Amino acid sequence: MNEPPIADKFAAFEELIPPLDDLNTPYREALSRGELILQQCQSCTSYQYPFESFCYECGSNLLEHKVSRGQGFIYSFVKVHQPYHSAFKPFIPYTVATIQLDDGPRLLSAMLDLTTEVKIGDRVKPRIEKITASESMLMYELERS
Amino acid sequence: MKNLKQKYCIVGVGNTAYGKNPGISQIAHNVLAIRSALEDAGLTTQDLDGVLTKAPTSTFPMLWGPKIAEALRIQPKVTATLDQAGASNIGLIQYAISAIELGQAEVIAISYGDNPRTGTRASYARPRGDDALAGLFGAPSSYAMVAKRHMHEYGTTNEQLANVAIAHRTHASMNPGAQFQELFTVDDYMSSRWVAEPFRLLDCCPVSDGGAAYIITTEEKAKELKKLPVYIEGIGQAHPSWDFYRRPELATSGAKIAGKMAFKSAGLRPADIDFCEIYDCFTIVPLISLEEYGFVDKGEGGSFYEEQRTHIGGELPCNTSGGLLSETGMPGTQLVVEAVRQLRGEGQDRQVKGAEVGLVSQQGGIMTTHATMLLSNQGIHK
Repeated sequence: MNEPPIADKFAAFEELIPPLDDLNTPYREALSRGELILQQCQSCTSYQYPFESFCYECGSNLLEHKVSRGQGFIYSFVKVHQPYHSAFKPFIPYTVATIQLDDGPRLLSAMLDLTTEVKIGDRVKPRIEKITASESMLMYELERS
Repeated sequence: MKNLKQKYCIVGVGNTAYGKNPGISQIAHNVLAIRSALEDAGLTTQDLDGVLTKAPTSTFPMLWGPKIAEALRIQPKVTATLDQAGASNIGLIQYAISAIELGQAEVIAISYGDNPRTGTRASYARPRGDDALAGLFGAPSSYAMVAKRHMHEYGTTNEQLANVAIAHRTHASMNPGAQFQELFTVDDYMSSRWVAEPFRLLDCCPVSDGGAAYIITTEEKAKELKKLPVYIEGIGQAHPSWDFYRRPELATSGAKIAGKMAFKSAGLRPADIDFCEIYDCFTIVPLISLEEYGFVDKGEGGSFYEEQRTHIGGELPCNTSGGLLSETGMPGTQLVVEAVRQLRGEGQDRQVKGAEVGLVSQQGGIMTTHATMLLSNQGIHK
């Protein structure tokens, strides 16, 4: 039997997507192009996520969107067995990791379809999957895979 | 706690039945617990001039303090609902002391009551922030992330986490009011199902209905009442983060700063503490709390529990009524109630012999907020 098309496998995530607003629209549009963007403060140079109208570090409002390679390492992780939401059921047990980005911010991210055990310190890279025609989802995978 | 005009005391405690409690509303849990605490103190609703509450976790009603006051048929001078999650139980005492010190009130009730076991518990599994797409739902996964990091940094093991749950269950087995009293072994723990690795089911506190309350007043008033006063010796608080994973060091908590603040204001040291009542929604929390307070070195919390030094009869009994893990999953109010009972010598089979000074540790969110309180009976056993 063939694998279901990727769109079907991830379609159930659509209802988890937060509503669009002024701050997150550029991020979501970038993701749908297959790119991860962060905000970078033009005063203190720090990168940030989630997006805001000000810099969390220095308070400046001089923020620009910058494409990030999104690489980093696993700072901590859990393997979820409890079926909290139907979208994640096919992946149970699935890994959720705190990702320490090389660019500075930390993110929470699902790591789905893992074929090997992960450990704290493992290098990771973004995996961006289409959920709908206009929306994509940021996940992470091991850099070596 | 510097330069207060006088000392402050807890003079009454009370609670409703813990566990599954159909037909009892959130308001009823608050009202019945407050009435029970008033009776314990030898007071009536007419003596109350303040009602302070922590909002129910399962819902978040507006103007909860006035609502509880009205259900007591009183019109208090002071009400407040504090939003520090589990740490509110001590934060509200700080607010009560401020109100009394300012001359606004003399006798204040603090209560919490909720019915997530028989009512709605949807809020327990709701994702926080935009964590849903990351697959992070429910508090267990977030606390498990903290535990995983602690294991990585200090070599903490699941066997050690099991010993936290077992120690608190052992105490609950001596508490006829505890929701879970049946003893279990490390093997039983190891065969309980995974919720979010590294947490198994027995790492997690239950969802419970129940209410608890306490009455705060001045030392002067306390001395007129029927029970031995329990003195508030020191209070501290600290609030490390909102999104837990952004805290620079995940395997830490606000206990370090809140503890120092409380010990300093009380003029006491960790060595002076006879027992602890520590917020233990998940097994990792008391372990980290003991480390942050300085009872043990960083990373030694697991072995401290494994060596059973936290059992009643051991060097630092912890969670003498079973804590959140076994007495009731209520977010912390019960820990204040139990500390007061211990200091009055009302612990029955689970009494810590000669207890004079106790530490109550409260935290909320995902170790987002923290509060610490030191209580004493000022040597009633001497």
